[in-house]
Amino acid sequence: MKSDGRHIRLLIGLGAAALLLLGRIFTLQIVNEGYKEDADRNATIYETIYPTRGVIYDRNGEILVGNKVAYDILVNPREVEAFDTLALATVLDVDTEFIRSRLAEYNRRRRAIGFQAVTMIRNLPAETYMRFDEVKYKFPGFRGQVRSIRDYPVNAGGNLLGYVSEVNQSYLDSHPGEYRSGDYAGMTGIEAAREKELRGEKGYHIYLRNSRNQIEQPYKDGTMDKEAVPGHDIVTTIDATLQQYGQELMQNKVGSLVAIEPSTGEILALVSSPGIDVSMLADIGKHWNEISEDPYKPMYNRAVQASYPPGSVFKLVNGLIGLQEGVLRPEMMYSCSRGYSFGAGHKLGCHGHKSPLNMEESIMMSCNAYYCYVLKNILDNRKYGNVADGLDAWHDYVESFGFGRKLGSDFPAELSGSIPTSRTYNRSYGKGRWNSTTVISLSIGQGEILATPMHLANLCATIANRGHYYIPHIIKASEGVEIDKRFTEKQYTLVDTTHFPKVIKGMWRAVNSGAGMGGTAWIAHVDSLDICGKTGTAQNPRGADNSVFICFAPMDNPKIAVACYVENGGFGATYAAPMASLMVEKYLKRKIKRTDLEKRMKEANLMSRVKHD
Amino acid sequence: MIEQHAHKRQSIDWAMIGVYLALVLIGWLNIYASVHSSEPASMLAWSSRAGKQFVWILTSLGLAALILFVLPPRLWEGVCIPFYIVVVFLLVVVIFVSSDVKGSHSWFDLGPIRFQPAEISKISTSLLLSFILSQQNFRLSKFKDFMIAAAVIVLPMLIIVAESETGSALVYTGFIFVLYREGFSGWWLGLIGLVIALFIATLTAGAYWSVVGLIAVLVPFCVLTGSGGHPWRRILVGGLFVLFMAFLPGILEWACSLMEGHLDYLNHRIWVPQAHESAQTIWSFLPQIKPIYVLLVLSVGATPFLLFHAYWEKDQALAITVGAFLLGVALIFSTDYIFENVLQPHQQSRIEVLLGMKEDLAGVGYNVHQSKIAIGSGGLLGKGFLQGTQTTFGFVPEQTTDFIFCTVGEEWGFLGCLVVIALYTFLIARLIMDAESCRGNFTRIYGYCVASCIFMHLFINVGMTVGLMPVIGIPLPLLSYGGSSLWAFTILIFIFLALYRNEKKYF
Repeated sequence: MKSDGRHIRLLIGLGAAALLLLGRIFTLQIVNEGYKEDADRNATIYETIYPTRGVIYDRNGEILVGNKVAYDILVNPREVEAFDTLALATVLDVDTEFIRSRLAEYNRRRRAIGFQAVTMIRNLPAETYMRFDEVKYKFPGFRGQVRSIRDYPVNAGGNLLGYVSEVNQSYLDSHPGEYRSGDYAGMTGIEAAREKELRGEKGYHIYLRNSRNQIEQPYKDGTMDKEAVPGHDIVTTIDATLQQYGQELMQNKVGSLVAIEPSTGEILALVSSPGIDVSMLADIGKHWNEISEDPYKPMYNRAVQASYPPGSVFKLVNGLIGLQEGVLRPEMMYSCSRGYSFGAGHKLGCHGHKSPLNMEESIMMSCNAYYCYVLKNILDNRKYGNVADGLDAWHDYVESFGFGRKLGSDFPAELSGSIPTSRTYNRSYGKGRWNSTTVISLSIGQGEILATPMHLANLCATIANRGHYYIPHIIKASEGVEIDKRFTEKQYTLVDTTHFPKVIKGMWRAVNSGAGMGGTAWIAHVDSLDICGKTGTAQNPRGADNSVFICFAPMDNPKIAVACYVENGGFGATYAAPMASLMVEKYLKRKIKRTDLEKRMKEANLMSRVKHD
Repeated sequence: MIEQHAHKRQSIDWAMIGVYLALVLIGWLNIYASVHSSEPASMLAWSSRAGKQFVWILTSLGLAALILFVLPPRLWEGVCIPFYIVVVFLLVVVIFVSSDVKGSHSWFDLGPIRFQPAEISKISTSLLLSFILSQQNFRLSKFKDFMIAAAVIVLPMLIIVAESETGSALVYTGFIFVLYREGFSGWWLGLIGLVIALFIATLTAGAYWSVVGLIAVLVPFCVLTGSGGHPWRRILVGGLFVLFMAFLPGILEWACSLMEGHLDYLNHRIWVPQAHESAQTIWSFLPQIKPIYVLLVLSVGATPFLLFHAYWEKDQALAITVGAFLLGVALIFSTDYIFENVLQPHQQSRIEVLLGMKEDLAGVGYNVHQSKIAIGSGGLLGKGFLQGTQTTFGFVPEQTTDFIFCTVGEEWGFLGCLVVIALYTFLIARLIMDAESCRGNFTRIYGYCVASCIFMHLFINVGMTVGLMPVIGIPLPLLSYGGSSLWAFTILIFIFLALYRNEKKYF
């Protein structure tokens, strides 16, 4: 058979196939650099050196969150040889069945595990670990690992601090390149907000290894190794003693206590009750079900996330707006006959007190009718032409106090509350179909107003500062830790500073007039502290009224401003005022003289009053 | 007289023997290098693989001398029929008596040594095929003759598949090149190539692109072979059609993204429920237009028209093109079925890993990934003899046998690979050239058989180590560790050299 040139075609095909192979090899060896790195990674093993996580301090240098050592037992299933299961179980203080079942599981997952080591037991007691360390040569494949975990010396700020846990897949996906499986990261609170500073930088030792993962020698005599850089410490604005005291006061109550240093905006204490005990933070995984099934939602930070009607403490804002607008003068008297009547037979009720009364007395005695007049005069001011524009002007004033928006604190989960505008009512009543009496409950902090306890504390700090506030924050600037400059800038309200002293006088009289003089907050009086405060009793559609109180002290150069909100606590003076004043006393005097009151507050249990979903 | 003398001196192809020795030596060095760290020993120590390979090499050289200088070359043509029968018998027997080696039943265990009849079967099949094809009145174009040739090839192939040595069986497909040389139509070769290409394209790029690719191949075919009038018009129409189909998915996606943007806008900026719903009903048909539907509608519309046109104009090329198109489409849409139901799971996963459909670096993909790392890390000049980290630390599996090429790649770099592949290419080309220069049909055809076997082993093995082929465990001829394989290829090559020498004696 003649070839007809077929052998030439076959030779060409042979050449083409050879070129195809060579081209592919050329791509692998010359063009693609990645394989060289893979080869290095293959033959070298990086032993991670974990940095110690930054410590979290309170404002006085007391440690809120430190580190302690935890001992884990790792196992490399491929290196395990026949061993005495009973002996290992005895040393580790576990069942033989536990060890067998774990090894059986690793055997099932051996493809996924490959040559890696897996953690068999976490957080072993130190003595057990030492015992294991002495005999570990008998158990090839098993080794110990010392790891640093979080330690909480004082039970303060469980909800603020947040917890640290092993990163999961979704966390890895949302932080590409920053973490590897098995790393730990802050998940909530300060641990999460300041993760970048706290975590530090991992280091590593490099070793050469073979394919059975046996270490052959240090790579380049360890010259390429990198030491771990410890995380930065974080200094918080929290006063550990005050925080702890606040938690004790609020135990068995639902609500919130917020204390701010007015001259800086630093949060001294932020209590949300019921809250999370720091002992739970240390091992959050174990308590997770307990926490998530608790009907009182302990993870929910009421101080910045719960929106409540502020109640009568809001009269202060309306009074200040009235003064600024010129529709209210301190000496103006209004009468109150157990309420304010409007429309056909409608009446907004009030309690018994002297009548008529001026502005100072209206604050001192918390008269509802007085503020109905004030709000009506603000809204129906001729210069605005109609009530809608009046309400919007009012809204802008209120918002300048921080209400109805996120304050911008360094809390990741802060909520904004809400303050109505003309649109709110146009939507529900129709344009032009509502007037100042429709919205009259705004005068006493009810109706469409919602604010967080943080808003109320901020209001208190603003009044204490006579017209400005600093955005509340919880982290102090320290070495290696910067805070945003917005926290050091004064935020002014739209009300002139000159109007504030008149309101403060009323707040002083509410507390310091003595029992029987009509002051609503006489129970908050503490000798020589000059506490100025305002009570509030806010309606709660689910049961008893909420008890509300804000106060600051001393009157001149205030050191602390406190807001206390107790769900279903009744009158402002019943729970909120005593507790807030105890906070002030604790902070300024460090010692409580009113021990009976303190005892009563700590022991009060309102949990049965609280209805939850 | 002088001329005759010159012929006599050249009658042994020393160049080919030189290449053979070079490859065997390279293999020996690399076997030593790849087990160097796990069993450091002298290259000659019997306990190490390199030492054993040395013994295989010496015995192979003895075999080579025996075949070349002692045995009469005429012998091979005479014994090929009984030889073939005996080997087929051994192939069957081994299934029942062999021990299970990694799932395959193909090894005879004879105390200290083991051997694979499948290796010898390449020799016996080559000899018998050459014998049959070289008969005076044998014509491949005759159906009966073709079936006989096919049976000679397919019988051992099937038995080897039954031994679960699919990789070795695949080598036998290389005999199609021999058939091609001996008159088998080139169209069949092209058709087989097209079927494989369509299969791969459908699995990786999907049915749509596969059909577009099919059209892109068929249009130039139709234009080049067709007799009917306007080639430019066909190129223009066909080219525009392929271009349109190539851009269609992009256009549709773009349209859908516009629509999604529209919905996003409605969702996030001014959320008005009614507007949102109506927008959904207006635009929702868009993502449901799949490019393949457009393609099918156009094809169904065009096919009768083209067939009619072909009939009317007596345009055979057009008719063949349309027929090939319909067959191709049928294949494309049955690919998934074949893949799921005909192939075994481990074969599926190997193909999936090869085609990049599945990343499985711990399981099936591990070998190939490690092999690519080893070769890739070699660079231009390699890490040097015994300096490889990947092959010697044991990251590459089977590093002395199926993956010996990794050691070449890692320690000798691109230059080493170039030399090795050039040597193989020279060997195969030399076999073809020598075979062509023979007058006797038997020698020529046998030469082609040897060339095909070596080529298939080379391409599959090296292709596997660099990730061009699925993981198919067959050795690299002359380089891989192992006596069976080295002996088989030595015998295969030296029978040809003996036949060739004999041929040249008389001219």
